[in-house]
Amino acid sequence: MFSDELENIPWEETTKTIYAKTAADVERAIQKSKNQLSVDDFMALISPAAEPYLEQMAQLGRDYTQMRFGKTISMYVPLYLTNSCMNSCVYCGFQHSNPIKRIILTEEEIMNELEAIKEIGPFQNLLLVTGENPREAGVDYLDKAIRLAKPMFNNLSIEVMPLSAEEYSQLTEAGLFGVVCFQETYNKARYNVYHPRGMKSKFDWRVNGFDRMGQAGVHKVGMGVLIGLEDWRTDVSMLAYHLRYMQKNYWKTKYSVNFPRMRPSENGHFQPNVIMTDKEYVQLMLAFRMFDHDVDISVSTRENKEFRNNIIPLGVTSMSAGSKTDPGGYATYPQALEQFAVSDERTPQTVEDDIRKNGYEVVWKDWDGCLQNDFAQNQLNPPLL
Amino acid sequence: MKPLIIAGKEFNSRLFTGTGKFSSNKIMGEAILASCSELVTVALKRVSIGDDTDDMLRHLQHPNLNLLPNTSGVRNAKEAIFAAQLAREALGTNWIKLEIHPDPKYLLADGEETLAATRALAKEGFIVLPYIQADPVLCKKLEDAGAAAVMPLGSPIGSNQGLQTREFLRIIIEQSNVPVVVDAGLGAPSHAAEAMEMGADAVLINTAIAIANDPVRMAVAFKMAVEAGRMAFEAKLAEKSIGAHASSPLTSFLS
Repeated sequence: MFSDELENIPWEETTKTIYAKTAADVERAIQKSKNQLSVDDFMALISPAAEPYLEQMAQLGRDYTQMRFGKTISMYVPLYLTNSCMNSCVYCGFQHSNPIKRIILTEEEIMNELEAIKEIGPFQNLLLVTGENPREAGVDYLDKAIRLAKPMFNNLSIEVMPLSAEEYSQLTEAGLFGVVCFQETYNKARYNVYHPRGMKSKFDWRVNGFDRMGQAGVHKVGMGVLIGLEDWRTDVSMLAYHLRYMQKNYWKTKYSVNFPRMRPSENGHFQPNVIMTDKEYVQLMLAFRMFDHDVDISVSTRENKEFRNNIIPLGVTSMSAGSKTDPGGYATYPQALEQFAVSDERTPQTVEDDIRKNGYEVVWKDWDGCLQNDFAQNQLNPPLL
Repeated sequence: MKPLIIAGKEFNSRLFTGTGKFSSNKIMGEAILASCSELVTVALKRVSIGDDTDDMLRHLQHPNLNLLPNTSGVRNAKEAIFAAQLAREALGTNWIKLEIHPDPKYLLADGEETLAATRALAKEGFIVLPYIQADPVLCKKLEDAGAAAVMPLGSPIGSNQGLQTREFLRIIIEQSNVPVVVDAGLGAPSHAAEAMEMGADAVLINTAIAIANDPVRMAVAFKMAVEAGRMAFEAKLAEKSIGAHASSPLTSFLS
């Protein structure tokens, strides 16, 4: 389990290592980057010492991304099923003590939302999102939602509370392709400052959730940290360790990384401890691309339109568009509270046009639900093997 | 140049092309036409099956172009067989490029599953072109299992590293009774020419054309390289001489 590995990666020392990186370390990492880099090289690339090398990193990052992904950007859209949540994450609009109207979409409402999404764009990649309320919106609820969405969307992912391996298997059988889960921060000593109560306060349960996804054979796992809690450089280095650990142990799974950043005014009651500049964000994205040529890098509508247009050649490979971050936001309850403020409010069509203007093709479909084993197995009659 | 024959079908071009990674479907269509390729591979997962208006398929409608659906994305033989059946129904062809790579990072083929799927699909009447490591023994087994051609890699997919597997490709080409198509990793026209000079029957190129600054001109460059390499092979390349000619012959006592 990754929690055991993490014991051997002390936070303070890692931070020191990163800030001690020199220009020579950065140059060595750049030189080596045609082949797979170590986490130590990655640390050099995200360190302050790498700032003067940003343009060189951008050129390489673009080339590596194009080699693996071509000139394409994949599109996805989130569907928030519920804002009901037992956790108390201090930075989140859905936290338990926040006196907002709680909504759990009914089957009929889910269908209306799915149809409304189809109206705004030819999406095939759908991300189902919930808070943590296993009693009312647990695995059986997700199972149902997946089965409802499957005939309309070829690629289904969830971003929900960590589940058991058996539960991930159950959902995979229902047609699930990917699981997205953010550790938020890898600083175990400080984790509970942000996550004081509820299941989410259990650091090991969350961090080992990724092992359980791997064990269950989830096709794609999305990992990430929330930028704004702890020193971002240390947090993303831990994420890099975690990614390598996952790739070695669960080699049949595909990975994506995300690093959403909080902005100062986003949320009245919590001010981020760390502000990441645009320049640092780009540096991080390029460092990840150089660290791993194949990892999917996802950027949501949290980022604004100008920034998202400018970063298209810089390592990003998938983007959301037209997102509503409140349950029922597409059709049922257009006025409910958002989990986070959407900065890019362009329609999916406009996002597509802007991506094309950058010389990139938009990929709506890159998976077919019928290629998954559970489905294939049921359809093969008579069995040929 | 001799035409290439696979499963009874004649191809005048020995350059096969892929359809991924292009900056637009329009440019993809133009590049493929410029390459004069007659066989293009299409990932089943990328197209809307059963939808005549699919943008990618729309750009591939040309009398000289034959579609070779591929099973990219499947992780085992079962999934691959199902995908092949689906492709046959949806695209109206029994040709299938079998790609089974359970490893989504380097996209390296699973030989064991590929062999099982080849056997099953060939029995069902499919024209199976399996993508595999440059493994000479596996190639012979695939031939026995009914593969119509074998598609060993030059280097990992999308890596543009050329013929890193050169010595194994040589053995495969020497031993094979079915056409050998070098697939994956060819990053420059010179790589393609080298494969053809060695006696490969065809090459498949995708990334190197798709991400070039000018994909149409790069497609033409590959076309010319493949033709040049093939012509050189047919004209019988002179071997490089080893060492200088000895001034004191060792066999003069025999004459």
